[in-house]
Amino acid sequence: MLYKLRLLWNFMRGSKSLYTGAIFAVGLATLFSLVIPLVLRVMIDSVIGNEPIHMPGRLISVIQTLGGRSVLTKNLWIGSLLIVALTLLRGLFLFLKGKWSAVASESTARNIRERLYDHLQHLPYDYHVKAKTGDLIQRCTSDLNTIRRFLAVQFIEVGRAIFMVGAVLPIMLILNIQMTLISTAVIPIIFSFAFIFFIKVRRAFQISDEAEGRLSTVLQENLTGVRVVRAFARQTFEIDKFDNINCEFRDLTYRLIWLLAWYWSISDFICLIQIGAVLVLGAYWASKGMISLGTFFVFSSYVWMLLWPVRQMGRILTDLGKTLVSVGRIQEVLTEPIEDKKVSAHKPRISGEVEFRNVSFGYENGKHILKNISFRAKKGQTIAILGPTGSGKSSLVHLLPGLYDYQSGSIKLDGMELKGLDKKWLRQNIGIVLQEPFLFSKTVKDNIALAKKGVEEAEIFEAASIAAVHDVIQGFEKGYETPVGERGVTLSGGQKQRVAIARTLVRDYPILIFDDSLSAVDVETDAAIRKALKERSHKATTFIISHRINTLSEADKILVLENGELVQSGTHNELVRQEGLYRKIWSLQNELEEELEHEIEEEKQLI
Amino acid sequence: MSIHEEEEYKKRFDWGLWKRLLCFLKPYKKHLTILGIVVILLAGIDTVFPLLTKYAVDNFIVPKSLDGLWGFCFIYAVLIIIQAVVVWLFIAVAGKVDMGLCYDIRKKGFQRLQELSFTYYDRTQVGWLMARMTSDISRLGDTIAWGLVDMIWGFTMMIAITGVMFYLNWRLALISLTVVPVLVIISLFFQKKILRSYRLVRKTNSRITGAFNEGIMGAKTTKTLVREKENLREFQVITDEMFGSSVRAAILSSLYLPAVLTLGSIGTALVLWFGGEGVLSNAITYGTLLAFISYTVQFFEPVRELARIFAELQLAQASAERTLSMIETEPDIKDSPEIIKKYGDMFKPKEENWPEVKGNISFRNVSFAYKDGEKVLENFNLNVKAGETIALVGETGSGKSTIVNLACRFYEPTKGEILIDGVDYRKRSLLWLHSNLGYVLQTPHLFSGTIEENIRYGRLNAKDDEIENAAKLVNAHNFIIGLENGYQTEVGEGGGRLSTGEKQLISFARAILANPRIFVLDEATSSIDTETERVIQKAIETMLRGRTSFIIAHRLSTIRSADRIMVIREGKITEEGNHHELLNEKGYYYRLYTNQFMEEQETRLLSV
Repeated sequence: MLYKLRLLWNFMRGSKSLYTGAIFAVGLATLFSLVIPLVLRVMIDSVIGNEPIHMPGRLISVIQTLGGRSVLTKNLWIGSLLIVALTLLRGLFLFLKGKWSAVASESTARNIRERLYDHLQHLPYDYHVKAKTGDLIQRCTSDLNTIRRFLAVQFIEVGRAIFMVGAVLPIMLILNIQMTLISTAVIPIIFSFAFIFFIKVRRAFQISDEAEGRLSTVLQENLTGVRVVRAFARQTFEIDKFDNINCEFRDLTYRLIWLLAWYWSISDFICLIQIGAVLVLGAYWASKGMISLGTFFVFSSYVWMLLWPVRQMGRILTDLGKTLVSVGRIQEVLTEPIEDKKVSAHKPRISGEVEFRNVSFGYENGKHILKNISFRAKKGQTIAILGPTGSGKSSLVHLLPGLYDYQSGSIKLDGMELKGLDKKWLRQNIGIVLQEPFLFSKTVKDNIALAKKGVEEAEIFEAASIAAVHDVIQGFEKGYETPVGERGVTLSGGQKQRVAIARTLVRDYPILIFDDSLSAVDVETDAAIRKALKERSHKATTFIISHRINTLSEADKILVLENGELVQSGTHNELVRQEGLYRKIWSLQNELEEELEHEIEEEKQLI
Repeated sequence: MSIHEEEEYKKRFDWGLWKRLLCFLKPYKKHLTILGIVVILLAGIDTVFPLLTKYAVDNFIVPKSLDGLWGFCFIYAVLIIIQAVVVWLFIAVAGKVDMGLCYDIRKKGFQRLQELSFTYYDRTQVGWLMARMTSDISRLGDTIAWGLVDMIWGFTMMIAITGVMFYLNWRLALISLTVVPVLVIISLFFQKKILRSYRLVRKTNSRITGAFNEGIMGAKTTKTLVREKENLREFQVITDEMFGSSVRAAILSSLYLPAVLTLGSIGTALVLWFGGEGVLSNAITYGTLLAFISYTVQFFEPVRELARIFAELQLAQASAERTLSMIETEPDIKDSPEIIKKYGDMFKPKEENWPEVKGNISFRNVSFAYKDGEKVLENFNLNVKAGETIALVGETGSGKSTIVNLACRFYEPTKGEILIDGVDYRKRSLLWLHSNLGYVLQTPHLFSGTIEENIRYGRLNAKDDEIENAAKLVNAHNFIIGLENGYQTEVGEGGGRLSTGEKQLISFARAILANPRIFVLDEATSSIDTETERVIQKAIETMLRGRTSFIIAHRLSTIRSADRIMVIREGKITEEGNHHELLNEKGYYYRLYTNQFMEEQETRLLSV
């Protein structure tokens, strides 16, 4: 609890003077709002009425210099103007409070937002492989909003309540002790009532939220499964199902409203008893001459003023609980350790020589994914990688741009140890097309231009042509300006993959990696892309994970992985002579021909 | 892409629209009457409290007498009891109307969604529909129920206060009410601006959510492209906008309150000035002065409320428009009144009049185009005999799905006709056809609930052993009883707790249980492991037996087992025949077959 309060306090850093200002502003505004009934009291009692003026001596002398009471009585507008002036001052401070608390809470929110965003970007690759997107977004948005709202509204309200009680009580006590007791008698009751009620009702809120969740689920499942519903002609069944949950949601939410009805009517009742007590006893004492008419008026105004913040306090305290939970959830994200990035000024030109020597790698649990891998790739060579699912193909290529760190052995890039290089620099020199590409909600053009600042249109077109997607894009209604992603058109898997390839080709990386990224495009397009890549003037050292025999056979070197070990490596001609996975894949071609012959034979026999 | 953009609300207040919405209030006449009374009482009591103070001042304090104090106490006590009851009634009844309205509109909307045809779903995103059915309807219920009562309260209050003020002293009343017109104008001006600026805040907020979503989903890509700095910069642009628009909205609302307060104080000041002089010249009593001071403060509340409600109504208009447009959309495909008379409707099907389906299907010169004019099929002809299995192959967008959707009457031909057992299917009821239809997607869709409930979806009155039999037929029984709770296992939202293969088997069992005459299978392109594929293959064979079937096929084993294979390109059958015949043609099918053969075999070798 205290720890979380301190966290919240830390989040507020940078705007603390604004928060303080806002609290003082609300305090001053409260003071002015309290002064107004006092002025009215003097006006009623002593200016319009005949009571002697009760106020500090200095103020009386001010009135004396103005010409005394009679002047005020003859010119009632002076008092009236004073009231307007006081209200203006009150308004001014209310405005300042509104402005300052908004600026403060919004800049706190902005800071947390940006910190979260940047922190998430810098978390290790592995974190994002395992991340639960929905939960993270929840933390970044609704948890953050809970905190922001608390800081903008409730936090300042607490300040107001404290000022209110701090100022009202002394004034009341000075005016009349008995009346003060009467006016504050129910405050503890109403405060505990509000507090207990809001704690109890939290459960009802939750139940209603859950019912709403179920309602959404039924709706969502019905809408996404509309084909199934229609094909089984289950419309009436679905209508009944929806009706049940619709009813349930209605009743549970109504129950919540019903509880709130009790809350407001009971607390209204208590408050009115309080006000009634002030009214009746005040009238009683006033008629006995124990208090003045003005005092009576002040008390009946203050009673209203005191009760509202007290009723609010119960709510604020329960909100504080919610806020602290959110603070904890955000802090959890922010304390995730970020990727360990070497930053070094040494940024050598990379030409594309790669050497693996006895490289081993495993995730935290100690299981080895890659064992003792050694091979060399010369500048400009194409290396194809083949292996069953889970053999470590992807991990192998992920080591190169430093998405994962190898535990033992050495990887050398142009003779330099990979671990010693700046990771950002490394990634700027190694282009990798991931297996599941992600396109941002920008236009196709902007998506392709992502990796290179100030890229020219001709370069984009060229990259798209090599990726065999230029014609597809031009076929869209808006061509390269077509928006993709969430709010744009949906591209097919193959099209997405090709845009992702174009995005990588826009930059002249000395090393290129295709992490099984060509398998989503059909065989012919795959071949066309590889052909275009070969014809490029600038030739990159290229790693391709693939299972297509055509792709593999054209490589300068083929690596075959099984269970994290490099079991075979060599050229097509070398590998077809050895027993192994590569030969099996290669002989599929023959199998296909046999199969086709067989089918055609069968057909002839039938005739 | 959705054709519905989030439209801006229209400037004009659309009375017709609200009148149509108010029809939903009809069942709540009784509640509304109670509410009306309650609200008027509430406003009345709110007006009476200052009068009590006036009474106390004029009768006890000023004359220094205690006569009638007990009676006064009694009246006060009665009033606060009434007040408590009235507040309770007010919230409880308005809440009832609010929730009832939401319930009714949702129910109506859901029913309509069950009737709308696939052409509607094709161009409307599920997210859009969800938003209409959840948040928009909630907002409507809220605005109508609470807005209405607040409006009545506000008006009653204003009238009552004005009335009392004029009754007490008409001169002073006129003086203190001079500020009201200014107040009304300022309130309307501010409330509109405030609501509009908060709307902008909400919009920016949803952009921030989108940016977070993208930042997290695309984090891997960001890393490989080294885009961290640029991304943060782009994100900062949005957070800056958010900061700007939120602060602007907050400043607007913090300006409004002082403006109202100041105006109010001018009212009070006027009362004090002129009323004070009245007291001095004995024209009015002390109590009247005090009551007037209270009323000038009280008067502003309803004006503020009314301005707020009016602004909210304008904003809710967009929700109302969208929701009503959904509810009032007429389904493209529906039975004519004569057909309903003969075969019954969705709620009361006359199954006794339904002819039995044999399963002969023929397309006669069928053309189909979307509403926007995009032609998919033209003059398409096809005859399918009962029990025949047709495999449709071709690229995405070639028209395969349209053919299937037409056969199922999910779409209707724009020209030509489709006959089932020799009769145009438009001469039979929709439900009749769909009750004889089995439709299986290989990206299977399950509903939350148990496995048993999901299978039973195929035939609601099926007995437990029939469900088990269906599961056995498709080889699902073994894996189901292997689960901890067997048939009572919860499948989770969308079947999320089961693997894709398991979901497929359950959807097969569901289809088998329905025992349809016509069967449609939409195969997924994604690869599955060999063992699962074998089991699924067997299940498919079981299902196809003796049924007229259409398969949108991707896998060789499925394609090969079909009686007839059709290659569809741009809405036309370009190759037709059985597997062997098509191979001999060495055309598109030949290429497809060889490529697919290699893919499948490679995948088989590599999955261990």
